[in-house]
Amino acid sequence: MYNFYDIVNKYERDRKHILAMLQDIQREYNHIPREAMNVLSEQLDVPLCKLYGIATFYKSLSLRPKGRNIIKVCDGTACHIRSSQLIMDELEKLLGIKPGETSRDGEFTLETVNCLGSCAIAPVMVINETYYGKVTPAKLRDIIKECGGKDNE
Amino acid sequence: MSDLISAEKKKILVCCGTGCVANGSIKVYEEFIRHLSGLSDAAAVEAVVKSTGCNGLCERGPIVKIQPDDISYFKVRIEDVPEIIEKSVLDTKVVDRLLYHDNTTGKSFRSHKDTDFYKGQYKIALRNIGEIDPGNIDDYIVRGGYSALKKALFQLSPEEIIGIIKKSGLRGRGGAGFPTGMKWEECKNSEGSPKYVICNGDEGDPGAFMDRSIMEGDPNSIIEGMTVCAHAVGAEEGYIYIRDEYGLALKNMSAAIREAEKHGFLGEDILGSGMIFRINIVRGGGAFVCGESTALMASIEGKVGEPRAKYIHSTKKGLWGKPTVLNNVETWANIPEIINKGWEWFNSIGAEHGKGTKVFSLVGKVKNTGLVEVPLGTTLRELIMNIGGGIIGDRKFKAVQTGGPSGGCIPEKHLDLEVDFHSLESVGSMMGSGGMIVMDDRTCMVEVAKYYIKFLSEESCGKCIPCREGLRQMLNVLQGITRGEGKESDINLLLELGEMMKEASLCALGKTAPNPVITTIRYFMDEYLEHILNKNCPAGVCKPLTMFEIDEDLCRGCGICKKSCPADAIRGQLKAPHSIDVSRCIRCGSCIDICSFKAIHTARGAEK
Repeated sequence: MYNFYDIVNKYERDRKHILAMLQDIQREYNHIPREAMNVLSEQLDVPLCKLYGIATFYKSLSLRPKGRNIIKVCDGTACHIRSSQLIMDELEKLLGIKPGETSRDGEFTLETVNCLGSCAIAPVMVINETYYGKVTPAKLRDIIKECGGKDNE
Repeated sequence: MSDLISAEKKKILVCCGTGCVANGSIKVYEEFIRHLSGLSDAAAVEAVVKSTGCNGLCERGPIVKIQPDDISYFKVRIEDVPEIIEKSVLDTKVVDRLLYHDNTTGKSFRSHKDTDFYKGQYKIALRNIGEIDPGNIDDYIVRGGYSALKKALFQLSPEEIIGIIKKSGLRGRGGAGFPTGMKWEECKNSEGSPKYVICNGDEGDPGAFMDRSIMEGDPNSIIEGMTVCAHAVGAEEGYIYIRDEYGLALKNMSAAIREAEKHGFLGEDILGSGMIFRINIVRGGGAFVCGESTALMASIEGKVGEPRAKYIHSTKKGLWGKPTVLNNVETWANIPEIINKGWEWFNSIGAEHGKGTKVFSLVGKVKNTGLVEVPLGTTLRELIMNIGGGIIGDRKFKAVQTGGPSGGCIPEKHLDLEVDFHSLESVGSMMGSGGMIVMDDRTCMVEVAKYYIKFLSEESCGKCIPCREGLRQMLNVLQGITRGEGKESDINLLLELGEMMKEASLCALGKTAPNPVITTIRYFMDEYLEHILNKNCPAGVCKPLTMFEIDEDLCRGCGICKKSCPADAIRGQLKAPHSIDVSRCIRCGSCIDICSFKAIHTARGAEK
């Protein structure tokens, strides 16, 4: 873990790099801690409300901590018409959480994403950096186990 | 340049595009390396394994090609590696079962180039992808890379370069189709400095992935295109804005920039000409609206990505208020070829209202899904029925959706339309960035319209009211119709809202947002009325308005549907007609899609 001041200095305290700084913090901490917002606000002389605006506008940034494994289910058009909703329904059942939520043990965060650009192998989901193509509800249980998830049922 | 490959050396090209990686191609690639290094045979030393960008036919990945023998293998697994090495690398035989086999005729093809999927294609923007290792700049140079930059720097004046691009007829490939040469000229003639060159790699249209593929598979062609432009307009700094979801594109693009700098194609004193040009990469933040040029620039400036009104072109006041050229990834990839081969060559390809080629991502309910590049003017029928191989399960074609959320759904009667910038607009859609989503009789057009409106209402930045509130109201109405609460007056209400949004929205997101609704109403009014008046979803998608029935006369009792049913709702003995327990059925439609005897059909849900 490095500290928020290092991140600000890495970008030479230049305001035009606010988004990049926030992305670095997101990557490191899995969310944007309140303390980081305070440091950025003070160091860059930017009002907190502006930072809040940016942090809530961009989907890649999150104010709440995310799970160790982030599951993104693609709901782009190609996946949608190849029944991505069934995948999401099944994952909700398996993990006991809804899209946008994190499981209580902090293991999984479930998200929908608009298109992963892998439409040719739809429906697609990504866990962390690994892509899974032509996913069926039946395959899900094994995939989740592979990631160290407990079977909730 | 020690890495250059002599003609005799065998090349094993393993596709490592995102689609093939998801199918396990990295392991296949590693297995080739492991096996070859274990061989003591002298011939083994003469073979190189390369990981390449996307070959397009992701459906049949992982794809492995053997050069110079021109053999293409599909769906290759780790277990196949020793046999491929033995037969095709150390020898010149082929492994027949791994070749491309035609779905209908069963005929096999030694080279992928002879298959229906690749035969009708003409590659300009995708020329190198699948043929080179994107991490190796020498691969790009061997295929003529950076010769356009040399020509631009030492043989052509900036005016001549702009003249070539103008006369070539190249128009932007990102959606709006603005003439590229005119854009460059405006920027060159604008007062103010510094000037900027931007590559828009924030590919947001769901169903389109050509930009991802180019950034991953041939990053140097983008760098070269941008550098040529920087020379023509007098810019010293450039930006590539890459969508946050595209990790591999980010990695390959960054590595390529570093290599290009080392080789003197970027940075200070480019190729000894004195020219300076640097490229920075900006990661997108995950907002669809940032694909809009002015929102993208706001995002690069570190602000919330909201568009601005475009009374003044970005070529006069763009990034940080300075003259800026912004082009899409695919547009940039075309530039080096046009400079090398001349405007006459490019202008001779394509149709009246669109020169050159366009990359389309052919996806949805079509047999061969993937990326295809064809001359503009190719018909939709050729794309879907020949290159795409027709509809999965030989079901009935219903519509093709083009242009992403800003486009529309085109019905069968317009399949013979020749695709260019003008033709698709004449039927209410647009070419957009090139997504083509094929839909069959199991796709509900009302639900598709709802899907796009939901997408856009989430992605609207909220700055202007017509877009923000118009979308919200449209979504309400459409949700009502798909739940069986629709009224006859809803259709006029939707059209009225659509007119208002087209007139009054600030940017293209809002102006084009009603297109999916307007086109589905225009071409599929019956389906809307069926939902509203009869409370029935004929495609069997809107769950409250549908149920499934098994036709006892057609059912052979094979039991496949019973196995596929996730809800245990199907009853019946083997070889006797089955039936569906309506109270358990979750209306997912797995059974109807898997039945080979077409014995299952949809019925009105309201009757239950």
